[in-house]
Amino acid sequence: MLSACIVLTGCGTSKKQLLATNKSQLQLRSIQTRAFDTTDREKTLRTVIATMQDLGFVIDDANYILGLVSGTKLDNFQLRMSVTVRPRGETQLLVRAGMQFNVTQVEDPEPYQQFFTALGRAMFLEAQNVD
Amino acid sequence: MGKLCKGTVLLFISAIILFGCAKKIPKEALQLTPESLKLRQLQTRRFDSKDEKALLVAGAGVLQDLGFTLDESETELGIIVASKDRSAVETGQVIGAVILMALTGVPIPWDKKQKIRASLVTRPAGTDDESTLVRVTFQRIVWNTQGQISKTEPLDEPEFYQEFFARLSKAVFLDAHEL
Repeated sequence: MLSACIVLTGCGTSKKQLLATNKSQLQLRSIQTRAFDTTDREKTLRTVIATMQDLGFVIDDANYILGLVSGTKLDNFQLRMSVTVRPRGETQLLVRAGMQFNVTQVEDPEPYQQFFTALGRAMFLEAQNVD
Repeated sequence: MGKLCKGTVLLFISAIILFGCAKKIPKEALQLTPESLKLRQLQTRRFDSKDEKALLVAGAGVLQDLGFTLDESETELGIIVASKDRSAVETGQVIGAVILMALTGVPIPWDKKQKIRASLVTRPAGTDDESTLVRVTFQRIVWNTQGQISKTEPLDEPEFYQEFFARLSKAVFLDAHEL
């Protein structure tokens, strides 16, 4: 009877996933974000799209005005990635990528590093860390 | 253990393996390999036209001819996203499953339906070039008769791409040059 109560009250906390993240907001942002020395939003967004396609993603959605691109890679897993491009000061653009692997947020720095390396190469620019 | 109990345990274990509980993102998932470059060549053609919009519209037409519904588009970035839901039933698999079920008494699922997704992307070939690159990529999710995802995979067979570009080429009256 007691174990049944525990099991039953356990239900409903899965909703808290809405706000849950493992790493701190600041840590996550620095892992997921790089700055590039360019102000060409369109070219950058198109390069993000091409890089994602090179990495095997099928693009789901893109919005030029909002500077968003999202895509999914399916290969016995579901990897979803969302990228935003925004201006940073007068001379740079800030690119932020968020990834979800099946049902977990990707919080390791390595996959993001791999993506930004590929993106930097495609842009012929260095992906600079942002704190 | 009864036959049904053993079967249920087997199914449960295979379900866990299949859905990769707590599986970590594989290292190769975000790596550019020689395979990636081969795929780029397979999925891309160059057209001698600067009219991206015309190529996008024609590409959308080809996708519609192939039975896709158009989901998203963004002209400024040269993108069209489309999908289609179809049966994924393969006779061979069904026969195998039915035989296995008869032998073991355990319900064996088979592939029932799939969602095929496509992205069509255009971009200028280069600043002094009068041509446009068109890249199309396909993938699918397959569900089985028990409503579970049975497989998710990219669709990389060369025939798909050759057929798509043959149709696009005809629609725009231009040759589809390989990279």
